[in-house]
Amino acid sequence: MSTNLRYELRCRECQTRWGNQPISFCQNCFAPLEVAYDWDRIRKEISKDEIGRRATNLWRYKELLPLPETYDASTPAGFTPLLKAAKLGESVRSRSLYLKNDAVCFPTLSFKDRVVAVALTQARNFGFDVVSCSSTGNLANAVAAQAARAGFKACIFIPADLEPAKVLGTQVYGAQIVRIDGNYDHVNRLCSQIADKHRWGFVNVNLRPYYAEGSKTVGYEIAEQLGWRLPDNIVVPMAGGSLITKIYKAFKELIDLGFVEEKQVKFFGAQATGCSPISAAVKAGRNEIEPQKPQTIARSLAIGNPADGFYAAKTILGSGGWAEDATDPEIVEAMTLLAENEGVFTETAGGVTVAAARKLYAQGRIRPDETTVLCITGNGLKTTDAFTGKFDTVEPIPPKLVAFEQFLETQFTGARAAGKGAA
Amino acid sequence: MSVKVSIPSAFRRHTEGLDHYKCEGSDLTTLLDSLGGRFPDLKPHLRDEQGNVRRFLNIYVNDEDIRFLGKDYKFKQGDEVTLVPSIAGG
Repeated sequence: MSTNLRYELRCRECQTRWGNQPISFCQNCFAPLEVAYDWDRIRKEISKDEIGRRATNLWRYKELLPLPETYDASTPAGFTPLLKAAKLGESVRSRSLYLKNDAVCFPTLSFKDRVVAVALTQARNFGFDVVSCSSTGNLANAVAAQAARAGFKACIFIPADLEPAKVLGTQVYGAQIVRIDGNYDHVNRLCSQIADKHRWGFVNVNLRPYYAEGSKTVGYEIAEQLGWRLPDNIVVPMAGGSLITKIYKAFKELIDLGFVEEKQVKFFGAQATGCSPISAAVKAGRNEIEPQKPQTIARSLAIGNPADGFYAAKTILGSGGWAEDATDPEIVEAMTLLAENEGVFTETAGGVTVAAARKLYAQGRIRPDETTVLCITGNGLKTTDAFTGKFDTVEPIPPKLVAFEQFLETQFTGARAAGKGAA
Repeated sequence: MSVKVSIPSAFRRHTEGLDHYKCEGSDLTTLLDSLGGRFPDLKPHLRDEQGNVRRFLNIYVNDEDIRFLGKDYKFKQGDEVTLVPSIAGG
């Protein structure tokens, strides 16, 4: 550390240090800024036992996050369940398959609650009144909800074609929505220009280095929930590509702190085929990203020009992992598979992850005997339009036993054999 | 062809504070040559040693990322070019 700071911003490329301020890229070389920590100091302040005694939310890792001296930790985001996926595991002959289920992250049912929780502590610290973001939906919900609770004004920029549930799930918190005629990459470019002009706290523009650190908590939790050990493989959905790099960073920090045994975890990235700039790069064995125009039902992953694409591809290839992508029908099929086998209703991005993981098992890139975690990052109730027309309308029957018996005979195929005559 | 180039604030210390500049260029190569010629301190921030546009700089023509238009795209009358740092979003 250049001064007595417990953390500060540092350029990922030229290593220039920038202290703490609301900027996302190096003012010398335009490369991304990363939060660097004073590990000598942090190492003395934290232990696994101490973490284990704290409340089960992401604030239990406070020493490992870029939080101001004082902050409001009243929103218990994070510490979502790590579920053993026995039945889904059976379908790929694995007995050690897990789901990190951020479909039930508090308060808005996606992993974006984590990054926003951290970003808003810094929005307050830097004195912003208005918080903002460009979003494919989940981030919009998270910023709107947490801004309402923390007393910020929120102005949220979204592509015009976003799912209705994600629009409503933003407006209900009183946030101002700005719908943009264009895709996410257009929205994002506009937000960069606005952030350049207006003094607003854009969580994923000028607060981005702090915001992105919130994603590390996914990695900390997985390790802690596995009994302070790392999995062999992890499958992560990729939009901007930040999450996968931050889980990598989290695992590395835990190894450096001596909290887990060293292990080379293989990182696998998942994208929709209709928006796969990072998986295309990985499959071609390169880090450089060629942007695409997104065309997929997985709108939360529809970023054609991913800011961290270069680093995501580098992380994957450097770990010995791989990337796969899933078509729209494969996404819906995988969402159904997850719901029917594990009782987890994920959004389209989760379908992408499950579908990609199945391909990786089939290719032998993930071995069944290894411990593998799939990151489920959002909730299916937000993307119900993916199932439009998929289920028959169930016709009502009269409230009479005889009507039900007839229904059982003619329609209730699944339970007929199991239930008939049981009484 | 004269093209209006919008300059992000992080670059303005290299452009005498100008937020936009009318610049001559028929395509991206000649435009960046001309911009870098006029503002020598800006030049190394535009392209790397191999002559490629810097990884963390996005260049838009009107509303379109220039990579979708092709590297040989010829500017048309009224085109506006915007330089934007790529590290945002997600």
